[in-house]
Amino acid sequence: MVSFTLNGKSVSVEADGNTPLLWVLRDHLNLTGTKYGCGAGLCGACTVHVNGQAVKACQTEASSVQGAKVTTIEGLSAKGNHPLQKAWIAEQVPQCGYCQSGQIMKAAELLAKNKKPSREQIVAHMDGNICRCGTYNRIISAIQRASKGA
Amino acid sequence: MTVIKKMGPEISRRGFLAGTSGISFAIAFGASGASLVSPASAAATPKDFSAWVSIGADNKIVIKTPGAEMGQGSMTGVPLALAEELDADWSKVRLEWTPSEVGTYGYRIGKNKSMAIVGSRAVMYYYNDVRMAGAQVRRVLLDAAAAKWKVPVAELTTGPNVVIHAKSNRKMTYGQVAAFAKVPAKLPKVSKDDLKKPSQFRLIGNTKMQRYDLPSKVNGTAQFALDVHLPGMVYATTVHGPVVNASPVSWNHAKVAAMKDIIGTVKLPKGVAIVGRTFESVMAARSQLDVKWKDGKSRNFDSEAQLENDYPKVAADPKAKKTKVYAVGDAAKALTSGAKKFRDEYRSDFAYHAQMEPLNAVARFSRDGQSVEIWDGTQAPSRCREGVAKALGFKVEQVTHHQCFMGGGFGRRSLADYAAEAALVAKAAKRPVKLVWTREEDVAFGMFRPQTYQCIEAATDTSGKVVGWEHCVVGDGKNLATGGMDIKTYYQIPNRLGELRGVSHGIRLKHWRAVAHPFNIFAIESTVDQMAKAAGMDPIEFRLKNMSPSPKIAKVLEMVRDMSDWGKKRPEGRAIGVWISERSGSLAAGVAEISLDRNTGKIRVHKTWLAVDGGTVVLPDGARANIESGIIWGLSSMLSERITMKKGVVEQSNFHDYQLLRMSDVPEEMNIQFVKTNRKPTGLGEIGNPWIGGAIANAFFSMTGKRLTHLPFTPDRVLAALKA
Repeated sequence: MVSFTLNGKSVSVEADGNTPLLWVLRDHLNLTGTKYGCGAGLCGACTVHVNGQAVKACQTEASSVQGAKVTTIEGLSAKGNHPLQKAWIAEQVPQCGYCQSGQIMKAAELLAKNKKPSREQIVAHMDGNICRCGTYNRIISAIQRASKGA
Repeated sequence: MTVIKKMGPEISRRGFLAGTSGISFAIAFGASGASLVSPASAAATPKDFSAWVSIGADNKIVIKTPGAEMGQGSMTGVPLALAEELDADWSKVRLEWTPSEVGTYGYRIGKNKSMAIVGSRAVMYYYNDVRMAGAQVRRVLLDAAAAKWKVPVAELTTGPNVVIHAKSNRKMTYGQVAAFAKVPAKLPKVSKDDLKKPSQFRLIGNTKMQRYDLPSKVNGTAQFALDVHLPGMVYATTVHGPVVNASPVSWNHAKVAAMKDIIGTVKLPKGVAIVGRTFESVMAARSQLDVKWKDGKSRNFDSEAQLENDYPKVAADPKAKKTKVYAVGDAAKALTSGAKKFRDEYRSDFAYHAQMEPLNAVARFSRDGQSVEIWDGTQAPSRCREGVAKALGFKVEQVTHHQCFMGGGFGRRSLADYAAEAALVAKAAKRPVKLVWTREEDVAFGMFRPQTYQCIEAATDTSGKVVGWEHCVVGDGKNLATGGMDIKTYYQIPNRLGELRGVSHGIRLKHWRAVAHPFNIFAIESTVDQMAKAAGMDPIEFRLKNMSPSPKIAKVLEMVRDMSDWGKKRPEGRAIGVWISERSGSLAAGVAEISLDRNTGKIRVHKTWLAVDGGTVVLPDGARANIESGIIWGLSSMLSERITMKKGVVEQSNFHDYQLLRMSDVPEEMNIQFVKTNRKPTGLGEIGNPWIGGAIANAFFSMTGKRLTHLPFTPDRVLAALKA
């Protein structure tokens, strides 16, 4: 049994402590916005926040989030209106869309720490997240747009 | 806690005349084009003619979209073209996936129908037909309004979702018309003259139009097959043989089956599936599974040795099996009698799709076991049904397919071998199954773009014009190796011959974004580039003067020369290169600006310019995004992506050793311009990637005087070229 706060609500899950958080979220709690891409911490499609820190859910054991605050794409904003989500639409970022939950969660971590990141800071922060459709330049534009409050 | 309900196009099978508060239109794409289906015909065969367009009394419109969506935007582009002619208010339009019924929803290709969204076909193939259909639906509404108002239909016009009688200053919304209108027994005829003129378009070509699916892709609600959850569903993963196409002989079933939450194992034609109550249990069991395999034909295949040593021998062997790809004039004679001759060879490695969503499908049998439902994000719903039916010994009608978004397709998802496996496992497990291949499985049992060896010979006449051309490709996979060899749409050289020297290794190959165009266009243009250098001419000038360019390619070459300010001096340490691109009826010319780290062999592309002729551009921002995607895809594959096999076993396994381009390596600037034209749309999903490798090689040559001849240009190859 693992208990933690998920998107502001308490949850308890019957899962072994060594189960990757990814499957706890997707299969046990039916929050499928967080994606499985590589299972090896190489692509970032499974990025979620644990106590405000972006982590790769495929590399995070369930037991390690006991009592922690976990935020997924579903909980980033009440109505999908986080500045990044709005900027992602304005810049028409997603293509297949599969990696984008992870991209947005990773970007949200950056903006929480650094309200006006430079292009270089954005690239350095986001480099662990792969987008096979190659939406990288639009991701950069969207983060810059969100950072300007537009 | 709240369970998120998945949004996006609904999986709906509304019958033709379902609902009384509106009007539904069935459409058939016949030999002579698209046409509404009369109520009588539709009622007689309701399954074949479910509603394509429905207009509710609430003034909302539902349009079915056949554009399987993998990020390319055609789920939006195809219905947008219909909505344009219907004169719909796009904000009132909701999209639903079409059922996977190829007879009703497939596009016409020759005498056949297909739902395969491959080769950048969706907008290109549906465009004319859905516009005609939209115009005919609009005409039904106009006729109904004319009858109601007792005025001649010619006096009516439409605006977004509204019928207007200017003379009497009356208006009715489409919803108000739909409340009383019926599809008449005798359908109104529309012709091409009834279509809007391009100057009247509100939706087509509108740069502000956004993709329909994007809101669901920023909040986690977009429905991928991996996200499907059914009551009583269990999980499975498959292990395939390390040697491609091996079949399982025996395995430690008892040990695996005894593990926590494991239900059992299932023998498959090419693998073993493990079934369990959770995915983590299946993954734990996977690490313990020990299978004895009967290896397939490819057990001795060594890809690098073959490409390096054996392929050139096949090319040189007069007895090798040849397949003519094209032949015009007398190439042999032109090569012998030419004033100046050129010859060079090129190589390209295997490449993997690396779509971000690992292959997966969900299967559920009916209680009587006589039918199965499949949830699969697929480029080809009808092929999915056929593949599943074949695996089960079913008729296609016994298989229902539910479309999902695809986390990337790129050609891999037009064959649903994994869905067939899901069905076999669900049958054995006697319950709904979600089968997921791990990323490692996706690589190891991948279906790759074939590796090739190429040899091109060319000859110029005394004036410097290219008059003879011979292109030989050695590679496995027939058209997977020969696509894009033919130069006729851009260089009309009078004497030319293209041949395939086939080899066969028994490995799995598949269409890959732009199929064979990236490596063939690389070889073709490399040769052109050498001739330009030998003639002491500017590469763009040489193509325009000596390559017999078609007007279309000349136009984009001139455009990109202007766009990139071609003659301008570049900053220290930078160089530019030019190349052309061709795919799915579209042509393009591109320029790339690069820099080179001479110590590490790393090439960086800083800026790109691409001029594209893709006919009418339906969804401009979506098309631009698609081309940007192609450029990044091309850059990634041509700088680093390679699959190798030793003793028939794939040597790569995940993104640490199959490296995709990351944000730190993208160009800072990607400039794209479209040729303005009213010609019908051609494909844009794959025009972005074939050119970039060559443009890099061209820039590299002007920087270093050295040639890059083997794709991808990995740092070690770049360093070797510098030393050569």
